[in-house]
Amino acid sequence: MTTAIDVSGLVKTFGRTRALDGLDLGVAQGEVHGFLGPNGAGKSTTIRVLLGLIRADAGRAALLGGDPWRDSVALHRRLAYVPGDVTLWRGLTGGEVIDLLGRLRGNGADRGRRAELLERFELDPTKKGQTYSKGNRQKVALVAAFCSDAELLILDEPTSGLDPLMEEVFRACVAEERDRGRTVLLSSHILSEVEALCDRVSIIRAGRTVETGTLSELRHLTRTSVAAELAAPPTGLDALPGLHDVELHGTTLRCQVDTDHLDALLRTLTAAGVRSLTSRPPTLEELFLRHYEPESATAATAEVVE
Amino acid sequence: MNLTGTGPLLRFALRRDRIMLACWIYALLASVIGTAVSFRSLYPTASSREQLAASINDNGSLRALYGAVYDTGSIGALTAWRILGLGGLLLGLLCILLVTRHTRAEEEAGRLELLGAGAIGRGAPLAAGIGAALTASTVVGVVTAVYLAASGEQLDGSLAFGAALFGCGVCFAGVAAIAVQLAETGRAANGIGGAVLGLAFLLRAAGDAAGSGGPGRLVWLSPLGWAERVRPYHDNAWWLVALLLAAGAAQTVVGYRLAGRRDLGGGLLPQRPGPGAAAASLRSALGLAWRLQRGSLIGWTVGFAIGGALLGGISKGVDQLVSSSSNVQQIVQRMGGSSQVTDAYLATAMNLLAMVAAVYAVQTALRLRGEETSGRAEPVLASGVRRLAWAGGHLVFPLLGSAVLLLAGGLTAGLGAGVVFGDVPGWSVKLMPAGLIQLPAVWVFAAVTVALFGLRPQWTGAAWGVLGVLLFIAYLGPALNAGQWLLDLTPFTHVPKLPGSAFHAAPLLWLTLLSAVLAGAGLAGLRRRDIG
Repeated sequence: MTTAIDVSGLVKTFGRTRALDGLDLGVAQGEVHGFLGPNGAGKSTTIRVLLGLIRADAGRAALLGGDPWRDSVALHRRLAYVPGDVTLWRGLTGGEVIDLLGRLRGNGADRGRRAELLERFELDPTKKGQTYSKGNRQKVALVAAFCSDAELLILDEPTSGLDPLMEEVFRACVAEERDRGRTVLLSSHILSEVEALCDRVSIIRAGRTVETGTLSELRHLTRTSVAAELAAPPTGLDALPGLHDVELHGTTLRCQVDTDHLDALLRTLTAAGVRSLTSRPPTLEELFLRHYEPESATAATAEVVE
Repeated sequence: MNLTGTGPLLRFALRRDRIMLACWIYALLASVIGTAVSFRSLYPTASSREQLAASINDNGSLRALYGAVYDTGSIGALTAWRILGLGGLLLGLLCILLVTRHTRAEEEAGRLELLGAGAIGRGAPLAAGIGAALTASTVVGVVTAVYLAASGEQLDGSLAFGAALFGCGVCFAGVAAIAVQLAETGRAANGIGGAVLGLAFLLRAAGDAAGSGGPGRLVWLSPLGWAERVRPYHDNAWWLVALLLAAGAAQTVVGYRLAGRRDLGGGLLPQRPGPGAAAASLRSALGLAWRLQRGSLIGWTVGFAIGGALLGGISKGVDQLVSSSSNVQQIVQRMGGSSQVTDAYLATAMNLLAMVAAVYAVQTALRLRGEETSGRAEPVLASGVRRLAWAGGHLVFPLLGSAVLLLAGGLTAGLGAGVVFGDVPGWSVKLMPAGLIQLPAVWVFAAVTVALFGLRPQWTGAAWGVLGVLLFIAYLGPALNAGQWLLDLTPFTHVPKLPGSAFHAAPLLWLTLLSAVLAGAGLAGLRRRDIG
């Protein structure tokens, strides 16, 4: 079994809203998979289908080789889940919730690992549910998930409310999980996080997968930013295909170029004599912006970063 | 303390609470007016009122509940006597809830921070909370006074009656003004306020039960005792009204002083830390449900034990009390199903306990929906817990918790009756089963809730509506001479009326079967539907 999650053509409607509209998602075993999309794109709905909390109207979903609806209980023992908005019980302390969730799954937490995680996340386990801040509630769920020995972690926007230091701890923990061979589905709209952690990403919009692949594959489809200081004004720029947002002031050029046409641009530039050159692969932000702009506007508005 | 923005906050608070406030005020006023109307028809003559007063004042349990009758000369005085004990308590409770709701609870939820960053003075939220409490108290006080004066009672007595009620509200709004500074959570603040209110009631009840002199002076330690001693239409002791208002004002000042000494979100009483690791018992859906619901079960059981003891303890005086009005006699016999007044009364009392237990059953069954909508069910259901196991863990409480309540109420009613009649084992054996056989009727309400929860989750709250309508029919139907077909709609009508009547198992089996079918349908729906 090499696929941890295999979803195709998933459809889910709530009344008149089509939350999922033919969504596809494939996550290989042992990878950290970024699941990207703006609010309301259907990330949480997909996760809830995968958890067997809701039933899809159409399409196929397989989780760890099983049916998420039919085999939910058996599958849940093999996964750990962190919801995006963690609500805790008023009377229960954080430590009690961590232990409870582990025991419900049928594997009590490893005490040493639990203590280590509490320390790393700087979480006080003796406080009652209602007195934790948003970030601390999130930490309770994260510690519960990381100290389980589940083979699949499903994390739904897990870092909302965490401060940057804690985000660092979170990233280290995810990296450790990957090194231990676990699979992670990380839903997020924080791109730097996904960029730092994920082997592959799927980008969804309006309930549909618009892009999926490794980061380098996705970059291949997009543009590189180029800034050059030239010896003389370049000639023939207008004739080059795949060039966008050209700003030419005398001998200073800034532009974006479709990655397939980078070679032609560089030849034109060296012909004019290059004094300095910086070229930067597109950041995930740029990928993201491209996918979330309304389709018609994509070509016109690709923003120049920096 | 800066009070800028109190006006808008108060308007916002009243708007937010318009339905809840309207319901509370309606219920309070309905009980005032209903009491006056029913006294007018039940005790029209001075001699019937004197007989009532004699039997109440003879009976310690009844004096504890209502205080002593101080004047039988007018319906107004009788109404004021009957209302000030319990009505003052309820209005006090409303005021505590209102103040907490708009101060500490908002602060806890973080919403006050949002407002506090606007042009709102530090003192404004508390002022708005107290303003909401004063508004409610004013409406209740004014309408009470106007209604009684308009229906021909003395004007100054009516004013004193309304003012005494108003004073109760003001005094306990003050209690809450301090409580919300001490506690860090709205629930804890309500707990402190409720404890003070409960203590005030107990002091008043103990003092009145003890009678004049000696321990009877306990009454003077309680604001509810002050309100009672205003004795509208008799003494019209305005200085006690002034005392209530002064107490409320003084406590508000203390509340403001304390507020100046703490941070937003902080309390003066520290939150106690809990255990850092879970006890061995917290390991299953049932363990979690037990942990979440045990506190309320214990509280309800204590309440049922006290209520049962009170209901049993007054049963000796009840035949004299009832015989003072032939109308009351008829109603009790109709509800209680026996010609023997004491038995009929006790059967009615058991029915009453069952109605309250139905409230518990609905509330605990609704916990499932609360867990679902708050998102707390999700991590549990994603941790290898079957849906039915999760639901079953919580449904233990409406199913068996209700049994505990009815047993406790039946047992203490038996003890109470046993003490006053001098046969404790006999009465306990008689009343314990009389309480317990109500269980299938209580189950029906839990089952309706489960059916809604499983099949039409958005409408789960309608369970309160079903309960409200059926309780209304069961409680007031007999007094309003409702048709038998209407009474037959409520499960309570079908429970054998023990003690006094013959026991039949068939209706209990039918009610159990109905509950099983409804709950089964609900649980089948839960297995199939989306969560959330």
